[in-house]
Amino acid sequence: MVHWTDAEREAINTFWAKIDHEEVGHQALTRVLVVYPWTQRYFSTFGNLSNATAIAGNPKVRAHGKRVLDALGDAITHLDNVNATYAKLSQLHSEKLHVDPENFRLLGETLIIVLAGHFGAAFTPAIQATWQKFLAVVIAALSKQYH
Amino acid sequence: MYSATEKALIVSIWEKVTPHTEEWGGEALERLFTVFPQTKIYFKHVDTSPGSAAIRSHGDKVMKAIGSTAGDLDNMLTTLSSLSNLHAYNLMVDPVNFKLLSHCILVVLANHLPSEFTPEAHLAFDKFLAGVASVLSHKYR
Repeated sequence: MVHWTDAEREAINTFWAKIDHEEVGHQALTRVLVVYPWTQRYFSTFGNLSNATAIAGNPKVRAHGKRVLDALGDAITHLDNVNATYAKLSQLHSEKLHVDPENFRLLGETLIIVLAGHFGAAFTPAIQATWQKFLAVVIAALSKQYH
Repeated sequence: MYSATEKALIVSIWEKVTPHTEEWGGEALERLFTVFPQTKIYFKHVDTSPGSAAIRSHGDKVMKAIGSTAGDLDNMLTTLSSLSNLHAYNLMVDPVNFKLLSHCILVVLANHLPSEFTPEAHLAFDKFLAGVASVLSHKYR
């Protein structure tokens, strides 16, 4: 089981309350698709992803970004049991979506960069460390049902 | 490898970094040591506490070295030749750490240049820092 200090729980929940799921999700997913274009392989049904502007303006990208952030909220509500919370989602990514778990790491790093852009000076090294720890737990949970 | 747009983006962002190499370089290292504490093993001889003069000075050095390549991206191997030797034969820093520091530099850029660090700039910089890392580990084996 993951050990969270009170400071870490506070850092995660306080920042989470200020995050616009749609906007941050959209920016994170847009950046993943632009910076790591091979990730577009998972979104062949999304329509036009031909350049950064098309990706940023794509409504399916926006909707999916929000979905991803909403799911992160589940993990935050269940910080003491992320593995169980994400068991079905992990299975989905492995058995149905066939997503290479490396992509979870890319999205995690990108989300950190988006949060850094949003929160400015408030996104201190300590806050960054807490959020990277949280995302590492999320990534481990999502990768758990792969076999 | 770099389109004309990417080269221009890298140069223009770097112009904004230049007045802050010590502050932002120091911050990138502080983030590296806080988020990835194992990286401190390469700095046992140095005061790695937040804001230390040693770290600011080292961060300044690192950022200036990166910046030295920004105007001539196609000749990085030449520009960084002696640093490449240093990392291969003396420092022998495991190359995985270049990725960790690159990530922290991107975080610093996003943090201090939120409107300039667009997705396209992010892409250009991710490529750029990966290029620097590749050159630094070029002579490892």
